[in-house]
Amino acid sequence: MSIYLNKDSKIIVQGMTGGMGSKHTTLMLEAGSNIVGGVNARKAGTTVELAGQELPVFGSVKEAMTETGADVSVVFVPPAFTKDACIEAIDAGIGLLVVITEGVPVQDTAEVWSHLAGKSTRMIGPNCPGIITPGESLAGITPHTIAGKGPVGLVSKSGTLTYQMMYELKDWGFSTAIGIGGDPIVGTTHIDALAAFEADPETKAIVMIGEIGGDAEERAAAYIKDNVTKPVVGYVAGFTAPEGKTMGHAGAIVSGSSGTAQAKKEALEAVGVKVGKTPSETASLMREILQNL
Amino acid sequence: MEYQAKELFAKHGVTTTLGTVVTTPEEARAAAEKYGFCVVKAQVKAGGRGKAGGVKLAKTPDDAFEHASNILGMQIKGLTVNRVLVTPATPPVEEYYFSFLLDRANRQYLCIASVEGGVEIEEVAKTNPDAVKQIAIDPGSGVDEEKAKAIVAEAKFPAELADQAVAMVLALWKVFDEEDATLVEVNPLARLEGDKLEALDGKVSLDDNAEFRHPDHEVFEIKEEEDPLEAAAKEKDLNYVKLDGEVGIIGNGAGLVMSTLDVVAYAGEKHGGVKPANFLDIGGGANAKVMADGLHIILGDAQVKSVFVNVFGGITACDEVANGIVGALDLLGDEATKPLVVRLDGNNVEQGRRILSERNHPLVTMVDTMDGAADKAAELASA
Repeated sequence: MSIYLNKDSKIIVQGMTGGMGSKHTTLMLEAGSNIVGGVNARKAGTTVELAGQELPVFGSVKEAMTETGADVSVVFVPPAFTKDACIEAIDAGIGLLVVITEGVPVQDTAEVWSHLAGKSTRMIGPNCPGIITPGESLAGITPHTIAGKGPVGLVSKSGTLTYQMMYELKDWGFSTAIGIGGDPIVGTTHIDALAAFEADPETKAIVMIGEIGGDAEERAAAYIKDNVTKPVVGYVAGFTAPEGKTMGHAGAIVSGSSGTAQAKKEALEAVGVKVGKTPSETASLMREILQNL
Repeated sequence: MEYQAKELFAKHGVTTTLGTVVTTPEEARAAAEKYGFCVVKAQVKAGGRGKAGGVKLAKTPDDAFEHASNILGMQIKGLTVNRVLVTPATPPVEEYYFSFLLDRANRQYLCIASVEGGVEIEEVAKTNPDAVKQIAIDPGSGVDEEKAKAIVAEAKFPAELADQAVAMVLALWKVFDEEDATLVEVNPLARLEGDKLEALDGKVSLDDNAEFRHPDHEVFEIKEEEDPLEAAAKEKDLNYVKLDGEVGIIGNGAGLVMSTLDVVAYAGEKHGGVKPANFLDIGGGANAKVMADGLHIILGDAQVKSVFVNVFGGITACDEVANGIVGALDLLGDEATKPLVVRLDGNNVEQGRRILSERNHPLVTMVDTMDGAADKAAELASA
C-alpha cells in the first residue's frame, strides 16, 4: 500500500517532448514507473524513444486517457501554459495531476484550484518534486535511488529537503514521499497527505517538513491533534530568514510576526509532534520512534 | 511604493491624485507652488510612514521645502527615504479601508472592506471586528458588477456613495486581476468634500512569477535602492538574499538552502556566534557558469570569511556540481581567496567527490555530512 500512487498507476506526461520533460520521463521509466505516453498537440501521432521504450505522443489528455487508460498526468510545460494544461487534464477527468512546473503565476493556480472544485482530480503542486512510492512508481523528479520501500510516510513543501530526509532515513525506507510544493497555493496540502498516511496501513510513522510562510503548518498541527494517531516528527526550515524577504520559494516569506519558523515549531510541539532542529536531528527522532514501534 | 501604486490605480481608472514625485527640497517647493496647501510624503516600501514623521502637511512652498529637507534621507524601518511625493492636501470627511488580496489558506481571493476608520484598520479589526467585512472571491469568476454591488452593500458604504463605490471596486479589481497582484490596498479610501470617493493612499504587491506577461512592471524596480550584491545577483538570475553574517552559503533548492542557513547558525553558536551571510539557491542548473556567478557574488561580500557549498543531487547531479566548483575556481583564479567547505550527496555523489579530490584545490575542504560541513564552515569563519 501507499498513498495516491502505486505500481498500477498509468502515467502520461504533459510536456514530455521538452527538455525537462524528456529527461525526467527517462528517469521515471528507470524508477519503474508505468509511463504510457505523452501529450503534445503539435506532435500528435509521433512517438518518442526514451530509456529504450517507444512512447506514443497524443494530441490531448483526453485522447491519451482513452487510448491508454492513463490515470496520472505529470506536467512539465512552461509556466505560461501550465494553467491551460492543468485545466485540460482536469476536464479530461485525470485522477492524479502532478504539476512540477516552477514559476506559475499564483492567480493561474488560484483559477485552476477554483476550476477543480467538485471535480474528481487530485492535484499535487505546482512547483514541487512530485510523488514517489519507492519500488513501485515515481510521478515527478525525486531521485528513485535515494531510498527504498519502508514504513515512513513523508510530506514536505521542499524538493531538496525531501531528498535530504529520504537520504537520512534510507535505512528504514518510505511508503510514499510527497513534495507538495512551495507556492502560496498548492493542490495537495500537508493535511491532505497526513489524512492519507493515517489511512494507509503500510505507513507506520510520518515525517512532516515545513518552511516559513503562510499558516499551513499551524493548521496541520491542529489537524494532527484531532485526527492523526500515528507518530509524527516535524522539521521546519527558515529560522534565520529575515522578515519581508522571499526565500527562493514564492510562498516562503515571513510577514510581520506571522509565518515564522518558531511559530510553526511551537504549534507542532504543542500537539505532541517532536520537531528536530536540523534534518539529521529530525531523522534521529524518527529513528527512535521506529525502533520502539 | 505609494506613488507606484497610484500609477497603477490611475491606469485602471481608480480615482486618485498622482501628485509629483521629487528627490530634492527645491523640487518639492516647486511642486507646492503648483498645489498650494499640500502633503509631503516619504516614499518607501514600508508601513507606518506617518508615525515615523514621514508625512507632513505644508501650508506654503517654504513649508514643503523644509519638510522635504527633513524627510529626504530619513530612515523608516531601516529604509532610506530617497524620494517624496507632493500631493494637494485634500482633508477627508470620512476614511474607509478597502483591499483585494490572495487568501492562501482558503486558496481564493478575499476582499476586506471597512467603513469605520482607514489608517488604523488593524486596531478596528481588534476592537470592532464586525466593522471589518471579509468577502470571499472565487478566482474562477472574479468580480463583476453584480459582485461589486454585493461587496458595496455588505461593507455598508453610505447610499449616496454607492455608485461611486461600485465603480471604485470594479476599477480596483482590474488592478488586481490585470496586473497579477497579490495585494491591492487602499488606505485610506477617502470621502472628500462634495461626496467624492478617492484613493488617498495605496499599496500594490505584484506576483514575481507573472513578470513574463508584464514587461512593463520592470519600471517599478528601483535599482539604486537595492543592496548592490542583491542587484548583481539579480542581473545574473541568481536567487540571492543578503544577510548579516560571515559564512557564505550556496545550495540547491530553496528548502535545503533555508535549512542550511539554520544549521550554520546553530553551528555558529559554538564558534564565536558566526552567522550565515546570505541565501543563495543555484537551482537545478548548477553548471560551472552558475557556480562561478554565485561564488563571485559571495566572494564580493567583504563580510564573508568562509563559504559553505551544500548540494543534494536530485535533478542536479553531483559530478556536474563538482565540475562547476572546479570550473568556477579556475574562472575566478586569484579572486578566490576564502576557504570553501563542500558537502555533496545524492545523484552521482562518488563521481562528484572524486572530481574534487583529484583537483585537490587548496581552498576546498570536503565534508560528508551537512551538520559536519556546517560546523567546519563556521569554524573557518571564526578563525
